[in-house]
Amino acid sequence: MQTQQARRSAQKQGAPRSSLLHIMLGIAAVAIPVITVLLIYEIGNGSIPSIQAYGLNFLFTSDWNPFPANGGPPILGALPSMYGSVVTTVLSLIFAVPISLGVALFQAELAPRKVRAPSLFLVEMLAAVPSVVYGLWGLFALVPFMRVYVDAQLGSKLGFLPFFTGQTDGIGMLTAGIILAIMIIPYASSVMREVISAVPTSQREACIALGATKWETIKTAVLPFARTGLIAGVVLAMGRAIGETMAVTMVIGNVARISPSLFLPAETIPSVIANEFTEVAGNGVYLSALFELGLILFGMSFLMNLAGRVIINRLGFKAKQ
Amino acid sequence: MGGGGMPATMPTVALLGAGATFPAPLIQTWTVQFNQMYSGVTISYNPIGSGGGIQQISRKTVDFGASDAPLSNAQLAAAPGLTLFPETLGGVAITYNLVPFGLANGTVLNFTPNVIVGIYYGTITHWNDPAIAAINPGVTLPINLITAVHRSDGSGTTYAFTNFLSDVNINWATEVGYATSVKWPVDTAMNANGVGAKGNAGVAGTVAQTPGAIGYVDLIYAVQNHLGVGAVMNAAGNYVSPSLQTILWAAQNATGTPNPADLRLHIVNAQGAQSYPIATYTYMLTYRDMSLNPDLTQQKATVLAYFFWWEVHGGQQYSSGLDYVSLPANVVAADEQFLLTLNYQGTQLLPSSLMPG
Repeated sequence: MQTQQARRSAQKQGAPRSSLLHIMLGIAAVAIPVITVLLIYEIGNGSIPSIQAYGLNFLFTSDWNPFPANGGPPILGALPSMYGSVVTTVLSLIFAVPISLGVALFQAELAPRKVRAPSLFLVEMLAAVPSVVYGLWGLFALVPFMRVYVDAQLGSKLGFLPFFTGQTDGIGMLTAGIILAIMIIPYASSVMREVISAVPTSQREACIALGATKWETIKTAVLPFARTGLIAGVVLAMGRAIGETMAVTMVIGNVARISPSLFLPAETIPSVIANEFTEVAGNGVYLSALFELGLILFGMSFLMNLAGRVIINRLGFKAKQ
Repeated sequence: MGGGGMPATMPTVALLGAGATFPAPLIQTWTVQFNQMYSGVTISYNPIGSGGGIQQISRKTVDFGASDAPLSNAQLAAAPGLTLFPETLGGVAITYNLVPFGLANGTVLNFTPNVIVGIYYGTITHWNDPAIAAINPGVTLPINLITAVHRSDGSGTTYAFTNFLSDVNINWATEVGYATSVKWPVDTAMNANGVGAKGNAGVAGTVAQTPGAIGYVDLIYAVQNHLGVGAVMNAAGNYVSPSLQTILWAAQNATGTPNPADLRLHIVNAQGAQSYPIATYTYMLTYRDMSLNPDLTQQKATVLAYFFWWEVHGGQQYSSGLDYVSLPANVVAADEQFLLTLNYQGTQLLPSSLMPG
């Protein structure tokens, strides 16, 4: 009897509490889409003067001159910053994806218990370092290192390639790509580690029962099973890389220039916005153009996410077959 | 305590300002000192950049603004009633890093205006260019490439620097012009190398990190970073190094008497044998009729007007300690006349008796 009563009173108390919970969860669930929609609306709204002034030319103009000498209207184009964003993001993925995969495999499959915890901790520490600290480290440690040991060597050995020409100051897209890679490794590797850990033991055991070595097990059982999750990790890292601002601004050289050489300074969409936002004043189109850059960045991340989803869906479909 | 006719006490008010980063250390010192004199008065200043300051005071979301570049006619027209007055000034130093190439630290290189233009145009690309060698006899210049560092963010420092380049070179004036940010020709010139960095600290840091780099920074940043500081040929044809004294001479020798009705002043390439040619005033922004700013009551407006008055008098003593130049007497006099025109719906905020003499 006592327990029944207790249960009943608990239900009575519980009923309103659960509806309160529902309301709170409902608010939380609605808040995110509402914020996203408002964000897009605000950025889109802010972009209108620029879209009206430049139209599609904005995407194909490589000039960036907010205050032309003749006192005329600003001549602004997104091409150099879009180019810089894409190149630095791709570079960072080229460096970060193999390393992240290696880190994830090591932590999930190979590391002895004693090494695993410290290694997890160290990689997660990378994610906790603020962006501006990466930037400072980049400017004062990585840039000189790149200048002396990397850029100069690449320039003298591979200078016949257009990617490795020009002045080797250490400031430029290559350095930015490397900083970005270091920054996104913890994100990519933690997702990858989780999906690798989620591969059922039965898969591995089956492989080992057939006489496979550790590497063969990873290659034939673990990686194919985890590939959709691995790609999700790459997409997450990509989104992080393309939006990174402070560290990139400090090492990329901030120049509106489109050059194949990875040594040369460039700029990215976030770096342009960060650089110029505070000084925009009384100049409707200029401010609006920065909003439109934000919109373009939003679009680019959206497309990348979409591409990631498509790949994941295709792979998932194949795996089922 | 406030001296010079300042009131003994002031009511408890809080004032908010925003704007230029260059004068921020000085303005923040002022707000602290003013609070020590009048404990009820709390003034906060957010160094968000000149553009942000102009924008916020134009939208009346702050009580006062600050800008390194004088406002354009269009900017003034966009905010009816907005005015400005200079509160301090500073110089822009040409700084370089040639120590790794064997040039002793402290070697002062000479620069003519046209050499600086050539470097930032991307037509002078090596340190041993004949144009640089000719004006630096006795200095062994390295054969290395020049990296021309400039600001990547809009700034009053860029305004002063490009204002100077436009003043001395007609091609620069017509093709590049002067503004808080410009399209640097060196960035896209063949075989030349331009690099942008954020903030004075960013430019100084990049120059310090890059052998063969040259950059322009507010004087204090060149001093603090122990970088090479060049001497620049002035209008009289002398090579002058930047210092508080040579910048003050430039201000004193700048053309004519400042006009209290329009205190936008032009002091680049000033006359005078020892005037440093690259210098700029930095400005406080306020509405002449402060009632236009809905946040300001008459009481707050009066305190703000006294704060302005104190800035250009008692406040100037803090300048040199922070590497700013004290306002020359003729500018102080013009500021005084300007500040007496500040009013609240027509009522003058400061008593005319403040005026010395």
